[in-house]
Amino acid sequence: MSITSLTDGPALDRRKFLTRTAGAASLIGLGQAMPAWARGDHAGTLARRGSDVLAGERLTMTVADAAFATGDRSGPAVTVNGTLPGPLLRLTEGQNLVVDLVNNSSMGTSIHWHGLLVPFLMDGVPGVTMAAVEPGERFRYEFPIRQAGTYWWHAHTLQEPMGHYGPIIIDPADGDPHQVDRDYVVLLSDWSPMHPHAIMKKLKVGEAPFNFQKTTATDDYPLTGAERRMWARMRMMPTDISDVSAPLYTYLVNGHGPEDALEFAFTPGERVRLRFINASAMTFFNLRIPGLPMKVIAADGQDVRPVETDEFQIGNAETYDVIVEPTGADAYAIVAEAMDRSGMGVATLVSRPGAQAQVPPMRDPPLLTMADMGMNHGSTGNAAVEGAMDHSAMSHGATPTTSHAASGGMEAMDMGAMSMRDTSLLPPSVTVGPGLDMVAMNPVDRMGDPGIGLADVGHRVLDYKQLVAARMNPDMRRPTRMKEIHLTGNMERYMWSFDGQKFSAVTDDPIRFALNERVRVKLVNDTMMAHPIHLHGHFFELVNGAPHGHQPLKHTLVVQPGGSAQFDLTANAPGDWAFHCHLIYHMHSGMFQVVTVRPLQGEIG
Amino acid sequence: MRGAMLILLPLVAIPSTALAQDHDHSPAASPVAEADAQAKKPEQCPADLQPTGQPTDHSAHGAMAMPTCPAAAPAEELDDGSMDHSTMERSGMDHGAMERHAPIPQGPPPPRAFEGPAHAADAFVGADRMAASRASVVREVSGMPVFWFQADRAEYRARGGSDGYLWDVQGYYGGDIDKFWFKSEGEGSFGEKPESAEVQGLWSHAIGPWWDLQAGVRQDLTGPARTHAVIGIQGLAPYMFEVDAAAFLSTEGDLTARVEAELDQRITQRLILQPRAEFNLAAQDIPELGIGAGLDSVELGVRLRYEFAREFAPYVGIEQEWKIGGSADYARLAGEDTSLTNYVVGVRFWF
Repeated sequence: MSITSLTDGPALDRRKFLTRTAGAASLIGLGQAMPAWARGDHAGTLARRGSDVLAGERLTMTVADAAFATGDRSGPAVTVNGTLPGPLLRLTEGQNLVVDLVNNSSMGTSIHWHGLLVPFLMDGVPGVTMAAVEPGERFRYEFPIRQAGTYWWHAHTLQEPMGHYGPIIIDPADGDPHQVDRDYVVLLSDWSPMHPHAIMKKLKVGEAPFNFQKTTATDDYPLTGAERRMWARMRMMPTDISDVSAPLYTYLVNGHGPEDALEFAFTPGERVRLRFINASAMTFFNLRIPGLPMKVIAADGQDVRPVETDEFQIGNAETYDVIVEPTGADAYAIVAEAMDRSGMGVATLVSRPGAQAQVPPMRDPPLLTMADMGMNHGSTGNAAVEGAMDHSAMSHGATPTTSHAASGGMEAMDMGAMSMRDTSLLPPSVTVGPGLDMVAMNPVDRMGDPGIGLADVGHRVLDYKQLVAARMNPDMRRPTRMKEIHLTGNMERYMWSFDGQKFSAVTDDPIRFALNERVRVKLVNDTMMAHPIHLHGHFFELVNGAPHGHQPLKHTLVVQPGGSAQFDLTANAPGDWAFHCHLIYHMHSGMFQVVTVRPLQGEIG
Repeated sequence: MRGAMLILLPLVAIPSTALAQDHDHSPAASPVAEADAQAKKPEQCPADLQPTGQPTDHSAHGAMAMPTCPAAAPAEELDDGSMDHSTMERSGMDHGAMERHAPIPQGPPPPRAFEGPAHAADAFVGADRMAASRASVVREVSGMPVFWFQADRAEYRARGGSDGYLWDVQGYYGGDIDKFWFKSEGEGSFGEKPESAEVQGLWSHAIGPWWDLQAGVRQDLTGPARTHAVIGIQGLAPYMFEVDAAAFLSTEGDLTARVEAELDQRITQRLILQPRAEFNLAAQDIPELGIGAGLDSVELGVRLRYEFAREFAPYVGIEQEWKIGGSADYARLAGEDTSLTNYVVGVRFWF
């Protein structure tokens, strides 16, 4: 495997990259005059779409203000090395990496290497591991590459949603077990012409201002009058799926909006590896390639036993590698449908340039279900939990957890007898206050859940319980301690937190682990939104029923609404590590904490 | 029982290095690198055992429709030395063996977790530099204070007699829990002095998920200039009613109160019907203001707005006002109507 140099362009030896547009189509727009309003701070050049490849041991990454345009939207953006997304880092396991970050932009910046195991001082989180790199400053990152797989990098500031992100591929030192003919990055993101500060403010002061799929007197949602009144009584919305979506966002694939017609070339019969990275700020995507089954071979960069599926939901910051073998048609649509089904990102696998694939129509928007309200009546696989359920509050038997589960079951329930905010159910570790608007009544383990809206789509959908680590995990000890953390929030006030306390309330009260302590962490989601929770500096093992020693490793875990999820962690990285929801405006509304691993020993700097 | 399981389970010899029995293994060692080292160990599942598809029936076969491969048997030194049932595959079993363990205890972190510096980066980056950076990030990720201004009603009022105008605006600056909240309303007829106008400055404190307690002052700008102490609540009631209720104690010792409620009824995503009710009450007669004790006046209205943007919505509507009881008597004495119908057109906006 030859290492690609910056000047050679992508190597073309069995591995062909198409993170840049094939052909000159990407140059369209470069000559356009920039809209006047985009000239202020962001009088930079128009960002180029897609990533250049950076490889080697010494790299330079330069952040700059820019403008970006896609479809009929244009606005301020941030580029790294002039492109959006920024460069693809093509690395090799075992190499050393030195990156000089140069900030030519007008805002503070940093780079966080999402999923990479690095000494904590190299983790790139302002306020935790470093001070932000101010305009005009430089920062040198230096660390060994200790792993292989698909990862990504991004700013740990509000530059991130403006375009400060990019993919990472690390080739295994001992050769890749997956022999493929082509290898493509498919980096998904959501770009808005509105500045992140403005989005943040509107979320705070408005009433779900970006949601144009609310229930109305003229909607087609399968909700009875009684159900609508029940939601209104709770002061919640069954359509509260995504806080920011297509009314504001254009969904990009490698920086290309749907109108930009990104193509990935293939020859029928080839094995094609697609490395899906969700680099978006606020969007869960449902990924499909209609007509092509996908074989999932890695999650969050870590190999899993291959599992074939037709669709999967990918939370913010997660990565999934799949292998497809397109044959029979000359084009296949790669469809990244936003979870709230307000829009989609689209690219095409083509066997000849310009081949068209049928893009499926947008499916009906999903609704939150009884399970999302924390009233799941389904089997937990855990008799103790089942027995502990308060059946008296429920008037009858099992409620389906389909996307329309609100129908049937809810009317028969005496909602008046139930409190959606019974704070007596909370452990003492949770602070009750205005920032907590509901408490999940029966937060069962939902790791077998395919994600909002995918319970009854009529084909195979991946869930966490299908993931099994391909290799045996090194630490087989049983956890000695359980740490329960509640995900809490208030939709109306747009406050988000862990255990009812936003970061400002717990800056001197981090989540503490002892070095090499083996802990089981239980995340309980008391909100009606799915949260992708990311722990820096570690991989943790999902407690998903996988064979002992083969629990899948992840760095980011989606906790379904009203449900719980557990992971086992060996806290083997000394230092301070960010722990937060990867929905960026949730993080900036308080859903951020620091995990400390002590004592500080060994190599940390 | 354990013996039976051992017979059922194909045992695989495990090199002791395969298990991390050294609880102090080097922190610098990468789990991934170690996993890589495991790649060729005999306990690996054969590569040709590849599951296909997914279980469609989650009820009977556990969560995994995986072909079995022998799992590692535990070493005696591991854990507490007891047989680790979690080594069982889940195939054909209702519950994962993991879940049959006694629960893992919750507890405080071990003492070692409290050793060392409070902030690990301080010694390397500089304590002052990190403290400043930390303070800035704490601010950025804890919900920054925001400024909000809303004109809920800014309208032209066509009615019998001379047409008039009305404004009803409010806004705040502050964080999640504490805000400075200001309100102003007033109305009048064109070509005349305003009939009423007031401003309020309030401290607004979140007392629950949906309610703020507000306290402050109100200054009347028309009539006999009066200042009032204000205490009230504002927030979202069940069924999504926006409610603002306040009591006013004037410098003259008069006690009055006002309750307003609005409801947004979405017809489409942008067309919104907003019924509105306002009740004014008084604890005593206030002859100089024409207010009678008890229920003083009632307003019922409905406005139909179209949100070109969430922030900008022109509307049309109708509003009926009644003076009640003693207030109606004062109005009749003054030769005024006790009820009035306003046909309104206006704009609702916020930023």
